[in-house]
Amino acid sequence: MLLRLLLLLILIPIKSYALIEVDITRGNLNPLPVAVSPLSIDKKSNEGFKKNIKIENLGSEISKVVENNLRQSGLFNPLDKNAFLQKPDIANLKPRFEDWNLIKAQALITGKVSFTDEKLRVEFRLWDVLAGKEMMALAFTTVPSNWRRVGHIITDKVYERLTGEKGYFDTRIIYVSEEGPKTKRIKKLAIMDQDGFNNKFLTLGNELVLTPRFSPTNQMVTYLSYFKNLPRVYLLDIETGLQEVVGDFPGMTFAPRFSPDGNKIIMSFAKDGNSDIYTMDLENRIVERVTDHPSIDTSPSYSPDGKYICFNSDRSGYQQIYVMKSNGKNVKRISFGKGLYGTPVWSPRGDLIAFTKLHKGKFYIGVMRTDGTGERLLTENYYQEAPSWSPNGRVLIFYRETKTNSKGEGFSAKLWSIDLTGYNEKQVKTVTDASDPSWSSLLSN
Amino acid sequence: MKLSKILRNSFLVVLASLVLTACATKKVSNQTQGDVYTGKETIKYLASGVKDRVFFATNETVLTTASRETLRKQASWLRKNSKITIVLEGHADERGTREYNLALGERRANSAKDYLMTYGISSDRISVISYGKERPVDSGSTPLSWSKNRRSVTVKAN
Repeated sequence: MLLRLLLLLILIPIKSYALIEVDITRGNLNPLPVAVSPLSIDKKSNEGFKKNIKIENLGSEISKVVENNLRQSGLFNPLDKNAFLQKPDIANLKPRFEDWNLIKAQALITGKVSFTDEKLRVEFRLWDVLAGKEMMALAFTTVPSNWRRVGHIITDKVYERLTGEKGYFDTRIIYVSEEGPKTKRIKKLAIMDQDGFNNKFLTLGNELVLTPRFSPTNQMVTYLSYFKNLPRVYLLDIETGLQEVVGDFPGMTFAPRFSPDGNKIIMSFAKDGNSDIYTMDLENRIVERVTDHPSIDTSPSYSPDGKYICFNSDRSGYQQIYVMKSNGKNVKRISFGKGLYGTPVWSPRGDLIAFTKLHKGKFYIGVMRTDGTGERLLTENYYQEAPSWSPNGRVLIFYRETKTNSKGEGFSAKLWSIDLTGYNEKQVKTVTDASDPSWSSLLSN
Repeated sequence: MKLSKILRNSFLVVLASLVLTACATKKVSNQTQGDVYTGKETIKYLASGVKDRVFFATNETVLTTASRETLRKQASWLRKNSKITIVLEGHADERGTREYNLALGERRANSAKDYLMTYGISSDRISVISYGKERPVDSGSTPLSWSKNRRSVTVKAN
């Protein structure tokens, strides 16, 4: 605690160029009051969008995307639009800061959308209300159907300007959609925007699919499919729909992930009752064995620099987390707390490993440093597992299951997210039950 | 004294709940031994007297005495029916991480396979698949339900 305070004291003067600042290193109990003015739109553009994508008041719709993102982050408190005194078009030219100050807004977002040459042109500004100054102004052009992404990109820019860290809003989640009774569950791959919109199913549910994971390059996904009742790791191009088996293994391959450069798949291969970790290079198809141990070795995850791998092994007798060099040397156990540890995932920032812990019949999502010190449990529940990091390493998404009662009812599987601080735990809405979420990297930078 | 009365009452409540929990544990142990399922529900038969499945303790892949007996019967049935090939389906309960459970299911099915092989069944006739925790037979969230789901099931493949 003391250390963290000191860190803040040092950080604040350095970043003094930013007049308003949101501290994301602590649980934020006082989210920053922000006014998201509807982006203004002229009559002609409104008609244009109505014809082109059948949406009226596109400026207002985009601002709703931004508002929702900011609220979900837990760091911002978007104010009620009914209290706004200034009209969108005038606010975007020159805000009357006294008016915005009156409703206690500290930051203000204004902007304008227009329909030009069949394209959507957006400009937006971020204002510091107390200082009465413009903090940022940006404009960009895209195809109108991309309008939700525009809202996500604006949020990313605002988040970055106010927190000093990259955002995570222009991203997607790939997950497993679940339907039907527990004993005959139908599972499909599905993908959606980070805020739950634009949901799309990628498989039909004819075969069992599990654990999809995004490539850092965003076009590819690796997952486990029971196609023809042969559980194997597959590679799927989500743009083209093309897929292929990864490698030619005489048995089950599972628990796949990409290397940070996207060039390799790391996974487990099970043979004769023993699971070990292997990699396959996607260019030259060379397969390499990384672990060789009679215990179960699974759930491998690379460090962001590609030099290390954390994984799950029961070589001590029970499931624990280990770290080794990417060539399989220097294996070191890092989890020593009470209970069982699984699903280690290296943070994209490199400093932490997220995990699932089972202790005394409860499941926890937690984080520890990469040497195993500083274990911190973020959330406790009846059943939850499989955390996946937001690309900026600030938020974890995972899935949670509920108990079945004596009549066999009450079971559900849902996606949840939580801040690294342990605050802002939220259910992520999905059209069906859901599990095994994986967060993409930022679609635009 | 009022206080002592309250204390005595709460003591009685504690006692009553202790008795209740004791009953609850007993009921489960009728069908499990050391948390391995010993009941008859969900079991099917490959032939008369030849059970199709064996059960495991939590996080374990070791065969119990009863499991070995079941597998010996399966082996002698397979020796008599030499054209039959089988799939061993390994399963785990829902109280573990998905990926580890896939490995655990594979290990369970393989301990059944190894035992059948020591009783003269060729590995050519046996294939193995793990479903991890994906295909429970009992959807309940109780220790008894979980014990039925920790299993290796022998299924005729032809």
